[in-house]
Amino acid sequence: MADVTQNSGPDTRFELIVNFWRHFRTNKGAVAGLIFFLTLVVIALGASVFAPHSPIEQYRDALLLPPAWQEGGSWSYVLGTDAVGRDLLSRLIYGSQFSLFIGVVVVSVALVVGVCLGLVAGTFGGWVDTIIMRIMDIILAFPSLLLALVLVAILGPSLLNAMIAIAIVQQPYYVRLTRASVMSEMSREYVMAARVSGVGTLRLMFVTVLPNCMAPLIVQAALSFSTAILDAAALGFLGMGAQPPQPEWGTMLAESREFILRAPWVVTFPGIAILTTVLAINLIGDGLRDALDPKLKRS
Amino acid sequence: MLRLILKKLGLLIPTFIGVTLTSFFFIRLLPGDPILLLAGERGVSPERYQELMVQFGYNEPIWQQYFTYLGNLVQGDLGVSIVTKQPVLQEFMTLFPATVELGLCAILFAIVVGLPAGIIAAVKRGKALDHTVMTTALAGYSMPIFWWGLLLIIFFSGILGWTPVSGRISLLYWIEPVTGFMLIDTLLSDEPGAFTSAVSHLILPTIVLGTIPLAVIARQTRSAMLEVLDEDYVRTARAKGLSNFRVVGIHALRNALIPVITIIGLQIGVLFGGAILTESIFSWPGIGKWMVDSIFRRDYPVVQGGLLMIAAIVMIVNLIVDLMYGLVNPKIRHTE
Repeated sequence: MADVTQNSGPDTRFELIVNFWRHFRTNKGAVAGLIFFLTLVVIALGASVFAPHSPIEQYRDALLLPPAWQEGGSWSYVLGTDAVGRDLLSRLIYGSQFSLFIGVVVVSVALVVGVCLGLVAGTFGGWVDTIIMRIMDIILAFPSLLLALVLVAILGPSLLNAMIAIAIVQQPYYVRLTRASVMSEMSREYVMAARVSGVGTLRLMFVTVLPNCMAPLIVQAALSFSTAILDAAALGFLGMGAQPPQPEWGTMLAESREFILRAPWVVTFPGIAILTTVLAINLIGDGLRDALDPKLKRS
Repeated sequence: MLRLILKKLGLLIPTFIGVTLTSFFFIRLLPGDPILLLAGERGVSPERYQELMVQFGYNEPIWQQYFTYLGNLVQGDLGVSIVTKQPVLQEFMTLFPATVELGLCAILFAIVVGLPAGIIAAVKRGKALDHTVMTTALAGYSMPIFWWGLLLIIFFSGILGWTPVSGRISLLYWIEPVTGFMLIDTLLSDEPGAFTSAVSHLILPTIVLGTIPLAVIARQTRSAMLEVLDEDYVRTARAKGLSNFRVVGIHALRNALIPVITIIGLQIGVLFGGAILTESIFSWPGIGKWMVDSIFRRDYPVVQGGLLMIAAIVMIVNLIVDLMYGLVNPKIRHTE
């Protein structure tokens, strides 16, 4: 009997994943989003292989060339070139590295910091809880993009600082979610049992309780991955994110603004890249929510 | 109800103090010396530097500076802009109506389109129309609105030539600011064609700023409607032979609206964030553009004051939404 219960650990975990995938698979949008996202990851990782040109090389004899299928376009620059003769397709391909990197860094930082603060607030309660939650309220009182802008103004405009600012703006959501689920888990019998058997506070927080709070956190991570990409692009667009000549999609849009009527393609493609990437991640997020959280399941 | 209001206000006070601390420390966290920052690139002589230290109170202990700052706030003194030498509060008040006008139009647009879209999607659940509406809504939710604005400019201003590219009104008109709301002021003036010009300037920014709230409202309305449509009382209403329109439009909608109202109220923060981008694209002379410009001009007293005002407004609106929620939903009112 004892053996069976011991073995059931990994088994149930495997079953959980299979079960999750069975739910996730039924959502066609989410699967499409996942395929798109994985393709993007491959493109970003192999950017140097896929990109026909260097992202910052300026071809002075090919300024503002239209896409290949338009009159005057050339197949050596499939999506055309920008105002200083850089190949748009190559810049977009390299730009995917930025967006994914921003998403990964922002979500990791916000998640780790937010979960730790939320665990502390939910486990200890009292004045610790009050202080943490009031600070989160203060962060949430500011519109997030505005706060991120001001933080970048303090830190100085760069991609790294933009990521730090966005992570700071996003982590209150993780704190709130973690705290709420920790508080509801704390009254459960299994936590009581763990306490009685003498489990230390740290182990109780991270090993006993945290795994049972993961579902909403995973959904939130997907949502904030897409928000991070959008916000970073917005900061780049305002000149406060990645700096030229970095081929970040938002920064590319900012550079192309003065040519919008003369050369619409330099505006169109980076935007499509942002929109489709964010849309794909949001589709995955919706699918995750439906599969992981039956309470929120949309019928 | 009064107890609820007092309780919510009590919760708000520490947050507001935190907001004042944030805006107070903002100027002090900037890299470099505050006086040299204020002086700009010209620099100052050592004597003038000392004078300014005393004038701005930077020689006092930090807690005393904070209380001076709070005292000034209470008197409505948010400091003076470095660039224009105007009081920050006065500048804010001049520009605020432009943002409110744009924000109201955007939220109205979002409600007028988003609410029916959500209802239709819920009624046609699982059908092609539902999928179309929901996919469009998700695309809207994922929209980089700064790019969306540029696309609309390319199409409607560039190719079709229907709408102007920037500003609130054509330069041909000079409208006396009475209310600060261009739509009202142009109607009050006798300038022929001014109102049409104001409307045509407002269309694209309204669509751009309204897109994300529209998507959020449509999604929320749909899920709230779906939940309500499953309720027993809706089945009863149908069983009594009421028309589908009556069941959906009156019985179900009224209850489904409760969460939707909250969501609409919570869009205010989103609107301010969106206004920063929208106003920058369309050169709309409102708070968002003012903040971005001030950050670039290093006009830090303006950034500091604007930050505080915006946070205060967001907090007050959220409080009102909270209270309205208590008003329309007796469950909340009685448990608290």
